Amino acid sequence: MRRKHQDVVFALVGIVALMVAVLTFLTLFVNMAVDGLPRLDWQFFTNFPSRRAAQAGILSAWVGSTLVMVVTAFFAVPLGVASGVYLEEYARKNWVTDLIEINITNLAGVPSIVYGLLALGLFVYQFGLGQSILSAGLTLALLILPVVIVATREAIRSIPQAIREGSYALGATRWQTVRYHILPYSSAGILTGIIIGMARAIGETAPIITIGALTFIAFLPPAPLKAEPPFLSFDWVMSPFTVMPIQMFNWTSRPEAAFQDNAAAAGFVLVIMTLAMNAFAIWLRYRLRRNIKW
Amino acid sequence: MAALPSATQHQVVAASPATKAEARGLSFYYGDFQALKGISMPVHERQVTALIGPSGCGKSTFLRCFNRMHDLYPGNRYEGQIVLQPDNTDLLARSIDPIDVRMRIGMVFQKPNPFPKTVFENVAYGLRVRGERSRRVIEEKAEQALQDAALWDEVKDRLHQPAYNLSGGQQQRLCIARALATDPELLLFDEPTSALDPIATASIEELMHDLKKRVTILIVTHNMQQAARVSDFTAYMYLGELVEFGVTDELFIKPQKKQTEDYLTGRFG
Repeated sequence: MRRKHQDVVFALVGIVALMVAVLTFLTLFVNMAVDGLPRLDWQFFTNFPSRRAAQAGILSAWVGSTLVMVVTAFFAVPLGVASGVYLEEYARKNWVTDLIEINITNLAGVPSIVYGLLALGLFVYQFGLGQSILSAGLTLALLILPVVIVATREAIRSIPQAIREGSYALGATRWQTVRYHILPYSSAGILTGIIIGMARAIGETAPIITIGALTFIAFLPPAPLKAEPPFLSFDWVMSPFTVMPIQMFNWTSRPEAAFQDNAAAAGFVLVIMTLAMNAFAIWLRYRLRRNIKW
Repeated sequence: MAALPSATQHQVVAASPATKAEARGLSFYYGDFQALKGISMPVHERQVTALIGPSGCGKSTFLRCFNRMHDLYPGNRYEGQIVLQPDNTDLLARSIDPIDVRMRIGMVFQKPNPFPKTVFENVAYGLRVRGERSRRVIEEKAEQALQDAALWDEVKDRLHQPAYNLSGGQQQRLCIARALATDPELLLFDEPTSALDPIATASIEELMHDLKKRVTILIVTHNMQQAARVSDFTAYMYLGELVEFGVTDELFIKPQKKQTEDYLTGRFG
């Protein structure tokens, strides 16, 4: 009977442990929602920050976050996927690849502020990119690169060796095997990794502050589309900017209570954005995996 | 164990078929481990040659030398030659790209391994890899390959459905069709029926019998009855050495070596 008691005891301990995590998040979320929801209206999304709390909005913050994410994805996805594919399908297994592997794992554990310092020295001053969307996007791309690489490798590793051998036996080159088999069959896992990395990046504050994002931005970056040829413009990448978490940080540091509610509302929006990205990742994985079974 | 005596060749009488490929003093190493020890034997053109022997005797290792499959993994090393006719090419030569070898030699694996794509895309893959762009050519060749693999009638109405919807036996015939679509000169079978039920096994064996009219077949099997049923020549291997090679009927009825006889009669292995 003792053995069965132990079972019940552990089940209880497990449930309690789980509840600590779930309830903490729920409490925070509900608390934030209660404070912030009354502030959420259309104006909140279309107004620039203001000295008057009731008129302040997150327009520059959400636009900034979105644009920074576009730059982050633009750099992190090709670099991360290419690295992962190379390490799994091309690289010889020797001490050099072992070393690279250990480095990547460790990079994932480096505090984000350190990336901020690196970016300040390298991107902002050395490369002269300034306190721009481009600098921020590159910094966050570096930050999530290990996540993308690890997710890519995991996804590739789950492809059975029999598939590779089948492809090579028909005379395929490495690239053909990667192009027709490895990438399509691992895309679900890779996309999930990318989105989870992006969901982490969107909430990052420290490295963005370090490279000098402004906390009060009452204008939008230049529009990427223009009426006259060549229609596309990339002036926006060099624009000063702010992002959601910095806007929140700015509001929470103000003494007036009304600004605290603004911060809660912005936090609520940010959490919803993150959850939506994660939900999208789960849905995508489900959709893409439906047609593939080994 | 003392060195085994060298392999005996049965006297192959009269109209001996032409040689398609020939192993000459082939040794193979997985790192420091020597898996094959100086194997020399021919593979006759448009005949079925079976490799038999107990687990771990190196028969699959030997088979996978023919399409340089071992090159996919680090630390593997060949010694000796496998010469492919009619052009007298040494498949193992350093100057030969394994991809070029695999363009000429097809392979069917132990477990059916169709790609998670449609039936049609599976058969078309080898042609696409070779740069064939014409839809018409690909369709024609795919149909021909499926016919040759005795699968066309069963799949012609679901060419664009996932290959995983097929039964195990059908999947294996699809893998055969996939290999046939590129007109291989030599087809390697690595225990192709070990994952299949007896009925599917019978259909694959029958298929091999038809295929040998146009393609040379080398098959690894752990099933002696299968070797006796499908093959014209049989090689018995043990511990990485070729013990005996000969015409299947002779080898099964009157093995020259005591060792072969013991294995065939089930006293060993």
